[in-house]
Amino acid sequence: MRVEMVTFLLAGAICLGGALGVVLFRNPVHNALSLVATLFGVAVLFIAQEAYFLAAIQVIVYAGAIVVLFLFVIMLLGVDRAQKMGMDPIVGQRASAVICGVAILGLSLAALLAGSEAATGTPSVTAPLDPEVADINRLGEVLFTDYVFAFQITAVLLTIAVVGAVVLARKAPAEAIDLDEFPDGTAMDALDEERLDDVADHDAGVGPDDEDSPAPGDAGDESEEVAP
Amino acid sequence: MILGQVELVLTETWYLVLAAMIFAIGATGLLIRRNPLVMFMCVELMLNAVNLTFVAFARALDDVGGQAFVFFVLVVAAAEVVVGLALVVAIMRRRQGATADDISLMRG
Repeated sequence: MRVEMVTFLLAGAICLGGALGVVLFRNPVHNALSLVATLFGVAVLFIAQEAYFLAAIQVIVYAGAIVVLFLFVIMLLGVDRAQKMGMDPIVGQRASAVICGVAILGLSLAALLAGSEAATGTPSVTAPLDPEVADINRLGEVLFTDYVFAFQITAVLLTIAVVGAVVLARKAPAEAIDLDEFPDGTAMDALDEERLDDVADHDAGVGPDDEDSPAPGDAGDESEEVAP
Repeated sequence: MILGQVELVLTETWYLVLAAMIFAIGATGLLIRRNPLVMFMCVELMLNAVNLTFVAFARALDDVGGQAFVFFVLVVAAAEVVVGLALVVAIMRRRQGATADDISLMRG
């Protein structure tokens, strides 16, 4: 048995097992860890096809960053409990999903294997992979010559994604402070004084005045039960 | 690998078949699962399957363009995950345990 074949079969089995795990496990944490298995398997297959740089990025970016981001959100949201698989919100959803998946697989396999020749194409004449040059050098060359415009666009895309993520995940802003109410000094100073006064009043057994205390945060806690 | 009289040679078709299987599994999972996080993971599976075909063709056709495209797919996948997870966090903050069915409307 040739070494490449063994590598392919092992890595392929890991990939398929991980992919099935992503779909079938009920706990989102287990899904994310299965995804790591698939990503590592794909990285091994990249190495088997001499795409060493892409294999490195695959491990660093996908397994290192994206899956950690998934796990982080899972832990942050506390959704690491099993999904109830019993109920089927749309009747026959699961069956039709499996039918769709089998159809996709069947169609792609038919397209790949139907002809006497397998999937073909014309070997490149413009940008060949040179076995003498490391693939990272070759990739860098085309990225900064042929694909330099697309490369710049990805920079814009990443910036937009970061800004969008910050805007979306931000908490709703706190209640706005009316600056006209504090003519002699900044609003934050006034707010601090308010809080200090409240604390002092509280220590002295006197509740805060409800009418003229614009500082947020002192309204709900104690004001009902403490008698002025 | 010799199996009877037939020698199985590892051509790019093997990689393409494997990628088709991973893609089909990812698509099925995307349709079955209702947790938005797991649906994102299934999208990642499909993107990885496509990356595998790109690399397979890059080697088969001796063209570095396939590998360059994988690079761009990686960037787009990272951006997609970042924005998608931010959306999930924003939605989950308002509605604990929301599934894809609960968030089908474009309003709160």
